[in-house]
Amino acid sequence: MKEIRFHGRGGQGAVTAAELIAIAAFEDKKYSQAFPAFGVERRGAPVMAFARIADEPIRVRSQIYEPDYVIVQDVTLLDVVDVASGLRPEGKIIINTDRNEKDLLLKTKAKVVTIDATKIALEKLGRPIVNTTMLGAFCGATGEISLESINKAILGRFSGALGEKNLNAIKTAYEGVCR
Amino acid sequence: MMKVVEGSYAIADAVRCCSPDVVSVYPITPQTHIVEHLSEFVADGKLDCEYINVDSEFSSISSLIGASVAGARTYTSTTSQGLALMFEVLYNVSGMRLPIVMTTVNRALSAPLSIWNDQQDALGVRDSGWIQIYAENVQEAIDLTPQLYKISEDPKILTPSMSCMDGFILTHVYEPVEFLDEEKVREFLPPFRPEYVLDPKNPKTFGAFTDPSWFTEFKYLQHQAMQRSLKKIEAVSKEFEEIFGRGYGGLIDTYAMEDAEVVLVTMGSIIGTIKEAIDELRSEGVKVGLVKIRSYRPFPAEALKNALKDANVIVVIEKDLSMGYESALLTDLKGAFYNSSIKAPIIGFAVGLGGRDVAITHIRKMVEKASKVKDVGIESEFEIFDVNPECL
Repeated sequence: MKEIRFHGRGGQGAVTAAELIAIAAFEDKKYSQAFPAFGVERRGAPVMAFARIADEPIRVRSQIYEPDYVIVQDVTLLDVVDVASGLRPEGKIIINTDRNEKDLLLKTKAKVVTIDATKIALEKLGRPIVNTTMLGAFCGATGEISLESINKAILGRFSGALGEKNLNAIKTAYEGVCR
Repeated sequence: MMKVVEGSYAIADAVRCCSPDVVSVYPITPQTHIVEHLSEFVADGKLDCEYINVDSEFSSISSLIGASVAGARTYTSTTSQGLALMFEVLYNVSGMRLPIVMTTVNRALSAPLSIWNDQQDALGVRDSGWIQIYAENVQEAIDLTPQLYKISEDPKILTPSMSCMDGFILTHVYEPVEFLDEEKVREFLPPFRPEYVLDPKNPKTFGAFTDPSWFTEFKYLQHQAMQRSLKKIEAVSKEFEEIFGRGYGGLIDTYAMEDAEVVLVTMGSIIGTIKEAIDELRSEGVKVGLVKIRSYRPFPAEALKNALKDANVIVVIEKDLSMGYESALLTDLKGAFYNSSIKAPIIGFAVGLGGRDVAITHIRKMVEKASKVKDVGIESEFEIFDVNPECL
């Protein structure tokens, strides 16, 4: 089983991103589960969401304390939340930032992947909403879900031109981290 | 076909498949998404029913009394403070023998204000004469919905019922579920045709004033119907399994019970996490098993005696607290076993209050404490688990 923790701010769509991963993983013929950290949602406040992907039905329902992957949608969270808490050393943390990985001073043995998702989202979507762009980065950096399935999940949620724009942002982020 | 959807959507769809004539619901976190999806179904023409917008939970359940007594199949859903506000009406529903079905989304009761999950709300209406069945996962909550209508509407039962599902943990989770097949639901659940209805041509009175020469008999009959529902719940569960291919064991279910020495007893969504913990512990040679309570009212005393007869230590884990004594299920279980041949020590833990997360590590700690009981006896019969001294 792979466990993923999302860190974002209220309004950035971390919960939606977790849901889309669950839908995409199921498209890939895996079992999946996604849920929010059940906070009282307020725009701008730190929020968490969780996703699990497995080959067997998923029974555990606790929050995720030792994630394989962490996705950070907003780099300013690093000042207020221990985003790398419990992250497995063989795992990865994917951060939306224009800063250099070394300047982030993260306390983790896991691989740090940086992507300027805000820039991509502004270019491709015209809005600084990075949740789908970060899914592209997750696909590219981890290979845990296929790009095809995440695209399918996106089109199930966002129709028409908005869906296409999101696919574009995802593709750019995917290619950006597939080094 | 399986699909990944939110738990609340799945429940709303299950309700739609049961073709209620009247739905009356008032939104309250974390039950709101069920209400939203039901009203969408009605607006989109996918659910043909009378959908009553009301000003409170007191009104939602009260309006359903009128609808049910006129012969309609009815549905509502609430949680926490909303269920508390329904309190007096719940007794009216059961006393009038109306087979209303409700999804109770389990949440803590204020104060302090908490929107998060525990099971204090449903446990607080334990004695209201409603059947209460607890779901382990979204699929079970889906499948319970038509089963409850079938149980409640049986002329020999005529008792309201609630499907209890843990707030947020099950209502807000996205996971793969199998939707109900409408055709099969129609085959499984016949239309509601009650013998006694409000009818101007044939006037009757429901819920009337009763003097002491009758009241006891009303309660006796209600109690008998509830006792009869023990068998009905099992029969309906089997019939559902035959038609839909998914079964949950009737009144209770068991897991890893062969040669189990320490046996955990619980209900609700915590069961999945417990099963994972049991698999871990079993792989380390710890003989631990699980008895899952599905039906809390009626209380399956005989099934529990049978399932727990060989246990060395019984551990009740539950998300409620009867302040000034202990937690409710613990008391019930000890009561059920007192005059029986089961002499295994029984201890209990109140966990997950107001949404406190329960992880595998917590389950392991409780099993560790229970394992000590075998050697040194009971040190603490009941404990509120995971209290942080720094918060006191």
